[in-house]
Amino acid sequence: MIRKSVPVLTIVALILGLWYLGAWGMNRQWALDQAARAEVTLSEAEIFVDTMSQDRPKLPAPHQVAVELWETVAMKSPTSRRSLLFHGWITLSATLAGFAIGAVAGMLLAVGIVHNRAMDMSVMPWAIASQTIPILAIAPMIIVVLNSVGVSGLLPKALISAYLSFFPVVVGMVKGLRAPDAMQLDLLRTYNASASQGFWKLRLPASLPYLFASLKIAIAASLVGAIVGELPTGAVRGLGARLLAGSYYGQTVQIWSALIGAAVLAGLMVGAIGLMERQVLKRMGMAR
Amino acid sequence: MQTPVIEARGLDLTFQTNDGPVQALSNIDLTIERGEFVSFIGPSGCGKTTFLRCVAALETPTGGSLTVNGLSPEAARQARSYGYVFQAAGLYPWRTIAGNVRLPLEIMGFPRAEMTERVARVLDLVELTGFGQKFPWQLSGGMQQRASIARALAFDADILLMDEPFGALDEIVRDHLNEQLLALWARTDKTIGFVTHSIPEAVYLSTKIVVMSPRPGRIADIIDSPLPRERPLDIRDSPEFIAVAHRVREGLRAGLQGAEAA
Repeated sequence: MIRKSVPVLTIVALILGLWYLGAWGMNRQWALDQAARAEVTLSEAEIFVDTMSQDRPKLPAPHQVAVELWETVAMKSPTSRRSLLFHGWITLSATLAGFAIGAVAGMLLAVGIVHNRAMDMSVMPWAIASQTIPILAIAPMIIVVLNSVGVSGLLPKALISAYLSFFPVVVGMVKGLRAPDAMQLDLLRTYNASASQGFWKLRLPASLPYLFASLKIAIAASLVGAIVGELPTGAVRGLGARLLAGSYYGQTVQIWSALIGAAVLAGLMVGAIGLMERQVLKRMGMAR
Repeated sequence: MQTPVIEARGLDLTFQTNDGPVQALSNIDLTIERGEFVSFIGPSGCGKTTFLRCVAALETPTGGSLTVNGLSPEAARQARSYGYVFQAAGLYPWRTIAGNVRLPLEIMGFPRAEMTERVARVLDLVELTGFGQKFPWQLSGGMQQRASIARALAFDADILLMDEPFGALDEIVRDHLNEQLLALWARTDKTIGFVTHSIPEAVYLSTKIVVMSPRPGRIADIIDSPLPRERPLDIRDSPEFIAVAHRVREGLRAGLQGAEAA
């Protein structure tokens, strides 16, 4: 335990140290300008204290973000609009809905690609093209188009999120479904097995380790999609709205706390997939 | 007279590759009767594996005729008339040993109770009783290969095709498995086609040895073994054994010289 935690804590301390150093360097000019305007001179110690406690710092110090997180997570009712949990839940629900759509679509596309020659030739180029378009460009269009047919709220955001998350699932699942080698396929041929037996008994189980790896990437991409999807909705609710509002009003502390919130959310979701992966592979006898 | 289990007449197979056509099998004439243990031996590229794959309908010959149990190889495959053992055990890592042996039975739709009974029987046959609930990675290479033989035996096909099944194992394990294979053959009365590139293995196991030579793959010699069916391991020191091994070696050498001259 100690052998593991010492290096981890060292890295964390290093990052925090760099962060404080950055906050001091970047907020210094503001402190000096304010002092000049008030026609006072500050000692280096006073400047340092000021850079750590500005209202709208260029780079907020870690403890400022921590205080903001504490106040918006623990001190507010989760139903309040000022609670980060409230906004986090809005984003999380869109993320999970989008991830579910994206994962199912990705798996179905992969099965089609592996079993149908026409799909094999035609789907992949489109899937790749879809990912080369910046999501920031396409997200407002999806929102506007869906809004004009009367669909708003969670679904448009979920669709943007699905748009980002289906791709890693397709790529990983195709790779996984094609993982069985020629010998494995020949063996099934000697049993005169049907294509669907080959799928359920060989290809699908063989693809699961690949699937889980790509689901981890997909759920993180889903979160990015949901946040981006919240930006063009006029910044009402969700972590994306917090980010946008923060940047409108120069509330850097709020931006950073929303960023940290998003990072924690992503970490928890990837961790949950990892837990599921371990359970499933253990039950299948593939975890040693 | 009984129909031969496997009968090839003037069998040819030419692969179209990027470097032009490659003749893998040329004019193969061979008859295998029920209950025979036939080894195919020769250097790599002599077509021994290719011939076995033709019998299993995993390759399609380009000329001549081939029947398996009096049927075309494709019809014989669909009738599930043979079990095939590959060079590697190829067990599914997500299935237990019993689960792996059950695989062909599930695919062929055996009733559940019969599956359990058959799995127990063939695991006993390869001396793996008690290992059914283990996963493949918990077993040694030799045990995994035995499990793959059990898998090929599970559905009671009367032909067993084995493509260098013991090639990746060390000699001590291989000796042991050879002994077990002979005992199994004696008990089940199957017809076995066995690819190897070990002369002692071929002579020890077979009632008939097919010596093959490369470029193009063809039969150099067919030797009917004079050894009795009952074979203890030390039969390998007997003069008869050494004489057969000598003839196999001669056949291999002549085949190679022929290939170089051509």
